[in-house]
Amino acid sequence: MGRWGDWVTKRRRDNKKKMDKELNIEDFKKNFKSDILEIIEKNPRREIITIKSESILPVAKWLYKEAGFRFIIASALHTKRGFEIHYHFSLDSLGLILNIHVILDKVKPEIESLSNMFNASNWIEREMHELFGINFLNHPNQDKLISEGNWAEGVYPFRKEFKSDQEKR
Amino acid sequence: MSKKTLIPIGPYHPLQEEPELFKLYCDGEIVKDIKWETGYNHRGIEKLSESKTYEQVFFLVERICGICSTSHPFAFANAVEELADIEITNRAKYIRSIIGELERVHSHLLWVGLAGHFLGYNTLFMWAWKYREPVLDLFEMISGNRNSYAMFKIGGVRRDIEESKIPAIQKVLGDVKKKTDMLVGAVMDDPVIHARTKGVGILTKQDIIDYGAVGPTARASGVAIDVRKDDPYAAYPLVNWKVITAEAGDVFAKAQVRLLEMYESISIINQCLEGLKKEKEGEITVKVKEIPEGIGNGRAEAPRGEVFHFVQSDGSNSPARHKIRAPSYVNIATFRKSCIGQTIADATLSLAAVDPCYCCTERMAVAYDVHSGEKIMNASELICKSAKRTNEIKKKFRI
Repeated sequence: MGRWGDWVTKRRRDNKKKMDKELNIEDFKKNFKSDILEIIEKNPRREIITIKSESILPVAKWLYKEAGFRFIIASALHTKRGFEIHYHFSLDSLGLILNIHVILDKVKPEIESLSNMFNASNWIEREMHELFGINFLNHPNQDKLISEGNWAEGVYPFRKEFKSDQEKR
Repeated sequence: MSKKTLIPIGPYHPLQEEPELFKLYCDGEIVKDIKWETGYNHRGIEKLSESKTYEQVFFLVERICGICSTSHPFAFANAVEELADIEITNRAKYIRSIIGELERVHSHLLWVGLAGHFLGYNTLFMWAWKYREPVLDLFEMISGNRNSYAMFKIGGVRRDIEESKIPAIQKVLGDVKKKTDMLVGAVMDDPVIHARTKGVGILTKQDIIDYGAVGPTARASGVAIDVRKDDPYAAYPLVNWKVITAEAGDVFAKAQVRLLEMYESISIINQCLEGLKKEKEGEITVKVKEIPEGIGNGRAEAPRGEVFHFVQSDGSNSPARHKIRAPSYVNIATFRKSCIGQTIADATLSLAAVDPCYCCTERMAVAYDVHSGEKIMNASELICKSAKRTNEIKKKFRI
């Protein structure tokens, strides 16, 4: 390493003061007591919190701006309960993955977009709109991401009722 | 509004070995706006995964990427093992980390070579790819395959690294380290590379946080995130190493981070090999009975950044939902920040600096006849054959 050693900066993790400052999950539970429907603590580094779908915007704002969480990705699911989305947030200083879980309407799934707050969710919301038909309100650009120009409108391949041509035969 | 020229890069373009269309809207030589079309490579793997058993999914996700073919099984194994609460043996942990880090070494060497190629520094390209070969040979020795190693399974690994193989691995690593010194010198001391890459395609810390970028792209902008440290898995908490970061956020910083990371990887592998000697040979798997209902989040640090797998199980033998997020998914989106305002020549360099995934599995085979033991085709015969074929074509076109 030698002369390039000084480029190697010290990790943020070592800086204890900053870690204390970063708010913990307990504060989250206190702040959003009325929005939380269910909490599952799988292990110290994984937590699943089900919230009301209309409170996603304040929750995400608090996580991103106040507590320093990073948005990893969101996973949509089509289940018996309707459409579900797991928003995966990571708090890198603690190695924590927080799954914010919402359940949407069976017939008309829609939820507020997070893309006006951070760009990280822009593509995945477009993708979920395209594959599951979930509508993201106030999304800057809900154009198709993957199948532009070669896929029928209103046909959503990741819904459970979707059958491919091969399966239909 | 002034008139803008549209310059397409792709879908098939020598700069990108994978199909993707970038549209650069330029005013003179300056890029004013960028748009892209993706999906040329969409294979529906998430949907396919729902029709496979857990054991089969490993082979499926291994084929997402030809270069970082171990990082997806790594993240998937982490997700399923978290879901079913499985603790693997120390020996399996060490082997997993060795494979992961060997992959990082060969992937970064590949990138350094390509970066040199884009800069017109073809000597660097030839060097880096030449020194990458022994690493691939190591893979062949350990797993039987140069790419797509098929080493991972739920509860451990498929193949052991016997003690007799360790000296050979250490020797190759020693050689690679020496060659890395040379490559680092060739990049860091070259004034032309400094002039060409410094201040190009800068991403600030705020851009990284906004776009959620990961891996060397984030670390080159001073955001010290690395899953291996933050959310430790496999043998990474058992060995000593540090996260490499740089502050500048330009193309040079990204090259610097990747080059210096190779030293850390080599050090991790050496420590893991020492650790292997202490563990009992053959204890590489634990028995897995069933995968219960529930969800699992797994992640692994690929050469390009954090790979994230989300698995939902309904208690059956295949995943009910499997979401995959590769690092390029978030890193490519940062092009909007790094390319706009640059010249066209710099924009292409910024595109390459993120290291979008490549696939290269071409190789030469030497086959032996089973009965006589003779070589069916060797290198010089292949060259002769190629020369003969060229002459035939020359004759045909009367050149």
